[in-house]
Amino acid sequence: MNALTSLDRPNSYIGRSVPRPNAKRLLAGRGRYVTDIRLPRMLHAAFLRSPYAHARIISIDVDAARALAGVHLVATGADIARICAPWTGTLDHFKGMTSEPQLPLPLDRVVWAGQAVVAVVAESRALAEDALELISIGYEELPAVVDLDAARQPGTPRVNPSGTSNICFRTQLDSGGVDEAFASAAHVVEEEFSFGRHTPVTLEPRAIVADYDAESGSLTVHHATQTPYQFQDLYARHYGIPEARVRVIAPDIGGSFGMKLHVYHEDMAVVGLSILLARPVKYVADRIESFVSDIHARDHHVRARMAVDVEGKILAMDIHDATAIGAFSTYPRTSVVEGNQVVRLIGAPYDFKSYRAVLEVVFQNKVQTSQYRAVGHPIACAVTERMVDLAASQVGIDPFTMRARNVIADNAYPTASPTGYKFEALSHEICLQRLRGIMDYDALRTEQAELRQRGIHRGIGIATFVEITNPSPAFYGVGGARISSQDGATLSLTPSGEVRCAISVTEQGQGTEAIIGQIVADQLGVAQDHVKVITGDTEVTPHGGATWACRGAGIGGETALQAARRLKANILEIAGLILQEQPSALDIIDGQVVGVATGQLRLPVAEIARIAYFRSDTLPPGTQAQLTVSHHFAPQGYPFAFTNGIQGCYLEVDVHTGFIKLLKHYVVEDCGRIINPMLVDEQLRGGVVQGLGAALFEECRYGETGQLLNGSLADYLVPMAMEMPDIIIDHVETPTADTILGAKGCGEAGTAAASACVLNAVNDALAPLAASINAIPITPARVLKALGRY
Amino acid sequence: MKARAFSYHRAHSVDDAREAHARSGDDARYIAGGQSLVPALALRLQAPRILIDINHIEELRGVRCDGEWLRIGALTRHCEMLTDPLIAEFAPLLRAAAPFVAHPAIRNRGTLGGSVALADPASEFPAMMLALDAEIEIAGTSGRRRVRADDFFIDLFETAVGPGEIVTAILVPRFRCNQRICFDELARRRGDYALVGCGMLATCKDGLVETIRIAFFSVGNVPTRARSAEAVVSGARIDADRIVAAQAALDRDLAPPESDEVPPAMRLHLARVLLGRLLARMSEAA
Repeated sequence: MNALTSLDRPNSYIGRSVPRPNAKRLLAGRGRYVTDIRLPRMLHAAFLRSPYAHARIISIDVDAARALAGVHLVATGADIARICAPWTGTLDHFKGMTSEPQLPLPLDRVVWAGQAVVAVVAESRALAEDALELISIGYEELPAVVDLDAARQPGTPRVNPSGTSNICFRTQLDSGGVDEAFASAAHVVEEEFSFGRHTPVTLEPRAIVADYDAESGSLTVHHATQTPYQFQDLYARHYGIPEARVRVIAPDIGGSFGMKLHVYHEDMAVVGLSILLARPVKYVADRIESFVSDIHARDHHVRARMAVDVEGKILAMDIHDATAIGAFSTYPRTSVVEGNQVVRLIGAPYDFKSYRAVLEVVFQNKVQTSQYRAVGHPIACAVTERMVDLAASQVGIDPFTMRARNVIADNAYPTASPTGYKFEALSHEICLQRLRGIMDYDALRTEQAELRQRGIHRGIGIATFVEITNPSPAFYGVGGARISSQDGATLSLTPSGEVRCAISVTEQGQGTEAIIGQIVADQLGVAQDHVKVITGDTEVTPHGGATWACRGAGIGGETALQAARRLKANILEIAGLILQEQPSALDIIDGQVVGVATGQLRLPVAEIARIAYFRSDTLPPGTQAQLTVSHHFAPQGYPFAFTNGIQGCYLEVDVHTGFIKLLKHYVVEDCGRIINPMLVDEQLRGGVVQGLGAALFEECRYGETGQLLNGSLADYLVPMAMEMPDIIIDHVETPTADTILGAKGCGEAGTAAASACVLNAVNDALAPLAASINAIPITPARVLKALGRY
Repeated sequence: MKARAFSYHRAHSVDDAREAHARSGDDARYIAGGQSLVPALALRLQAPRILIDINHIEELRGVRCDGEWLRIGALTRHCEMLTDPLIAEFAPLLRAAAPFVAHPAIRNRGTLGGSVALADPASEFPAMMLALDAEIEIAGTSGRRRVRADDFFIDLFETAVGPGEIVTAILVPRFRCNQRICFDELARRRGDYALVGCGMLATCKDGLVETIRIAFFSVGNVPTRARSAEAVVSGARIDADRIVAAQAALDRDLAPPESDEVPPAMRLHLARVLLGRLLARMSEAA
């Protein structure tokens, strides 16, 4: 006999795999993306880009372009600088960081190949591109700083001539006792790692339609962004328009992964072009432009040392991370968050005390890097987990045993990492056990050994991780960024007794609107069909942080939960008056007011709405029904809700070709309360696939002069279905006690550890051949080189 | 990016197409499947004054037997290589190569004539012309002529097809029961351009390889026959020693160019690995 669970209650949507309400609409081609928007009198922008990674602009001749029929505006850096205040990508809590002021288009110097230099606005995009061909720019080429290590050398050319070096930011962590720990250690392992640059490659590229109405002095921007309120603030401040007259609408978005929350020069320029012309202007980045202007990510060289005792207990880690971020730090979130998270997350799953790290962030003449899904986590995880495997091999113990001896015990919470991250409650031990079970680890090892006899080289890799979610103002607010860590929702009961929820978190295809609808319906006691969720419009929803850093479910979800409870209380208050009952004696189930004690149906919610909206005369005098509530929620308690998990990978290396076949991938993850298991699983799978792409395929390759060599989807390899393994998922649920909902984030967990797993598995496969890999992506060239095959 | 403006002419015959080309002052491109041309137009790498659409020329369509030859119309789509029964029977090497050509959407539009005329050195079908000892039929000013595949590929994207000329058909010697084929490629992802690829056609007798034609792609400026490796294997029984000798001979046949991702020595190594695997398969079939 199956016992009843909380999911057997009516309207129990939290914990249930409910399909996304918008999925069918998008599948049917009824999505409305920025690219689909056509406004009356709309014009199209195109940009002439720098062919040089570093050059002085000597002259710009735009006369012929201006004369072309159908061209409305040709704008240079100076033209837009007259109306746009420059920005600087630094934050106060990163002490000592520097970055040059930026403008939409440069005045006298280009700093990466692909940087937009001149804008043309014309009747069509094709016409605008015709005009680009008529523009001639005279350049004087300057020495380009391309390589990360070269950028750090003294005497190397400088990316910014006004600076004294190419250093953007440097920081150091030291818990003390590191040298002593290394001196007394039974084993010390060392490795140098290199992590390639890659880029998010969203299905929908960046797109913007800016529509400035000169008569009312108001600006409407249709923008493929994760963070409409952040951009409302930025457009208002940099173009001097009152915030209340700036509206940013984020319609359907085709993926973002952190890429669509940074200020891009073209996007800022398009707003300026619309102001200059007082007409709507559209710009959609094509794929080639995306490769040279979307943010890139990673690009780290890490030196790591780990000291362990004779039993394999970790004593200390010593880290040096150098990372190159392009010519500027990105605005408004900077480009140093990734490096900062790398040095703070290394070693985080493990119980040890002595930790030292140096982070060095340098400029170079490439497009900017910044926050992309799992910011810093994959680097921290790969370094930590590879070091753990190297140490296990030195000690002579199995990777599972090594981790079991070192992870923070499940009963040790609350506790903190050596870098000061505070952990409320994690579940490494149980996750480790579960992974061993779902992998059938011992059987895999047996199979691996048998196949090795026949010259087939399979590898098994595991990687433990923690993930930062639900960020408080400690993330950006304290640094002076006008980026909200709270969210707001407005919930209304409609006259028909349905519910409308306008909320500041946003939807990019991950199912935000689905889970918010689930939470509201669950908490109110109505069918989810009767809840409409509205997101992505600053004119409609309250101010809030929107969607990034895995905050949608944990913070947005809690906002919706608390708002729904307030609306429910208001509904029951009116119900109490009508029924002459105490509101506390009433509840709502399936859209009906019922008696708490008896469960007896008393009154449909729709009837309360009808009376409140149309027959308020029948309510007791002095009654004012409040069937709309607005509610805000800001996280308190722990600065971040950390999650944890562990991944496993089984793969085969063809030692003759260097090709790697992924056979199976495993994830055990703990994101606290699960609202929609299907969506959580898909977040994990999608995240794993992006991590596998980083592990094996994705790399922005540059030539010596700073030209991107593989800026197309034929040459830049993203992971595709044929190469992806089945991904087996299991969950542990440790809700956070900081909220009623108890949810934490899950969007970055997959990406955090997938590449680390692959790195460990490939090294496991190559171990009998005395070859090892320390660079990502793991290409056939790197494998064959390690094996000395050519 | 968007293409520059161009005119369009839908040709109803080969002569009509060639006349339209001549009228343009040779500032024209023929378009069939458009799978290489359309991206080139969008990127403005090509900007002809006029596009001449040859998709509706009936005589460029169809697959039929013509004596000892299989005649494959230039407009035959890549996807038809997977489904046409005559190709399966008489040109099985094309059938074997077809699944490796890009992805279904591209195979639905791309044509054999277009692929051969473009002569992308990383493409599967041009190299298979060499392995098959095929002939390419070209319509030019002095009528139709047939060029052997061995004489067709001249340099990077340069073939025996002159300005304004049209590839009208591919003629493949009909596959015989004493012949064997093998095809494979090493690509990072299914459907990608291969790091190296190879197809071969052997004529066998009593377990011996009488003659063999081995063609590589993605190894240089043009699809390339491995004549030294062919000589090692021809007239012999393929065994382990023979395979090693053929692999060793490959550096006389292939001189892979510098590339940022695949150094020449690595590509030669991969070509040897692939040759070894295909010859091993061939030895089982022979």
